[in-house]
Amino acid sequence: MGTYIIRRTFDLLPTIFVVAVIVFIITRLIPGDPAAVMLGPQASVEDIEALRENLGLNDPLYIQFLQYMGNLATGDFGTSLTYNQPIVNLIMDRFPNTLILAVSALIIAFMVGVPAGIISASKQNSLLDYSVMLVSLIGVSMPIFWLGVMLVLYFSVNLGWFPATGMGTLDDGLIPFIKHLILPSITLATIPMATFARITRSSMLEVISQDYIKTARSKGLNEFWVICKHAFKNALTPLLTVLGMQISMMLGGAVLTETIFSWPGMGRLIVDAIDKRDFVVVQGTVLFIAVIFVVVNLLVDIMYKVVNPRVNYTTSKGGTK
Amino acid sequence: MSDLLLKVEDLEVHFRSSSSIVKAVNGVSFTLNKKETLGIVGESGSGKSVTATALLRLIPNPPGNITGGMMLFEGTDLLSLSDKDMRSVRGNEISMIFQDPMTSLNPVFKVGDQIMESIRAHRKVSKKEAKAAAVDMLKLVGIPEAEKRINMYPHEFSGGMRQRVMVAIALACKPKLLIADEPTTALDVTVQAQILDLMRHLQDTIDTSIIMITHDLGVVWEICDKVIVMYAGNTVESGSVKTIYENPLHPYTWGLLDSQITSEISNEEGLSAIPGSPPDLREEMPGCHFADRCPYAQEICFSAKPEMVEVEEGHSVSCHFQTKNTRLQRKERVYHG
Repeated sequence: MGTYIIRRTFDLLPTIFVVAVIVFIITRLIPGDPAAVMLGPQASVEDIEALRENLGLNDPLYIQFLQYMGNLATGDFGTSLTYNQPIVNLIMDRFPNTLILAVSALIIAFMVGVPAGIISASKQNSLLDYSVMLVSLIGVSMPIFWLGVMLVLYFSVNLGWFPATGMGTLDDGLIPFIKHLILPSITLATIPMATFARITRSSMLEVISQDYIKTARSKGLNEFWVICKHAFKNALTPLLTVLGMQISMMLGGAVLTETIFSWPGMGRLIVDAIDKRDFVVVQGTVLFIAVIFVVVNLLVDIMYKVVNPRVNYTTSKGGTK
Repeated sequence: MSDLLLKVEDLEVHFRSSSSIVKAVNGVSFTLNKKETLGIVGESGSGKSVTATALLRLIPNPPGNITGGMMLFEGTDLLSLSDKDMRSVRGNEISMIFQDPMTSLNPVFKVGDQIMESIRAHRKVSKKEAKAAAVDMLKLVGIPEAEKRINMYPHEFSGGMRQRVMVAIALACKPKLLIADEPTTALDVTVQAQILDLMRHLQDTIDTSIIMITHDLGVVWEICDKVIVMYAGNTVESGSVKTIYENPLHPYTWGLLDSQITSEISNEEGLSAIPGSPPDLREEMPGCHFADRCPYAQEICFSAKPEMVEVEEGHSVSCHFQTKNTRLQRKERVYHG
């Protein structure tokens, strides 16, 4: 297990390298001159030329590439022109905010979605089951920008319970901080919550009909244990896969949610950068998000092994048996 | 009479589907004494497994339901117990082992934990004591290096070894009754014999009664004292193994006996089989359920249901032509499907 984790961590390096190459190529493939785009239609030829020189766009492509990779190797993601700050600082400013939002949304989604799925599966075809499935169907198909706006209209504008936008800091006290967090978290949690409920239900249904569940019952265990211990642990694998995907997506920045609630996270950073044509920021943040995806995937792979002892990573190259 | 452990009377188990009711078990009765082994035989779909599952009240409801009858276990009707009391019977007084050892152990828990869980569900013992008991059980069922093996997962065991583990789980609380639902069907022939030997040996060690569900008459002759033959949810014949072996009376039992593979069958002869298939249990049948496939059937068989009649001491059969006074003449080789 230990060697597996170490080996897999080293395996990440080539993946990240390939991602870096792709990000580099894609930003170079953007039609038109980035410098001209960044400065807008009113810019003079001299200004554009100066910016091209500044960005190193006049160097041959391979020099640009080597420079870019060299900088990356030393942890330098480049410097934003619009913010006049190193990208790393921008990301480190924004990422914790995204993390807070993502973690609280995940907790809500998990605490509601998973038990709902379990109950639904253990009471299959009951009214309760149908209601959970109907609500979760609505949940997965919810346009969250609309949901966000509706929540703001009702809870902020009408009832005045929560602030409509922005993020509180802990310096203002815990209560205002949480009040700022509630609406964006619920908005962001809606789709994952519904997805967890549906995946948990279908995976539990498959497990509940297995012979070993009958064995567990025949031992005289109570139904709660049979479901929550014997069945749930077996149903976890598909749930982990979905969980990993949702975590990666949320940590990459919830673009819609952060925009609706003016939440200063990664999603807003990317949207603003695209808006301002700050391609250095786009390049840096996309690479950062890709690294997060890869790392979360690794964690999920490790969790598979923890949850399911039959998973065997020693045969073939990281293949599962 | 004090030797009586289990008395099942007129047990009925029905399954509801959207449009109909399947009468999977339709009035099965039998008794079982302490330390006795009862075989329940019949082809697939005859209701043997449903009967066994009903004894532990593990019929999934919905769609299934025990709709009638009595199951007196040491004088208490299991059907009258609360869910909680029934749980204290399962795994403790009555245990069950299932057909396929490859799927009946939970793949994500260690074998030792699965045995300990059974012990700790019914006995107030510390974890350490439960573990020691689990090791003892594994030794008892003949698993070498038991101390090491209890920390392994089911996928690290062979099929035969897993069935031994299942036996260990089932017998961990020294139950008075062990229900074995085709415990050897999924195993190799050599392993089958080992498991049967093990069960017979353990029956003597911990004084348990066994209900052996099987479609293999060889197993019945080998380890059972009594046998009931089931067909389409009904008992068609019951008696001691000796009587049924020497003097089978129901045409369905004859068919089962004829379709056994023996060394006497020559290559040219081919195997016998009962033609047709079991009836659709959703339909109401006025007559004998076996009539459609019975080479001896006459008009009455299709219109009136035969009663279970004790034709000789301890030997009952339900056939219009097998009574105290009349006998059917068994014909040679009528079952050729």
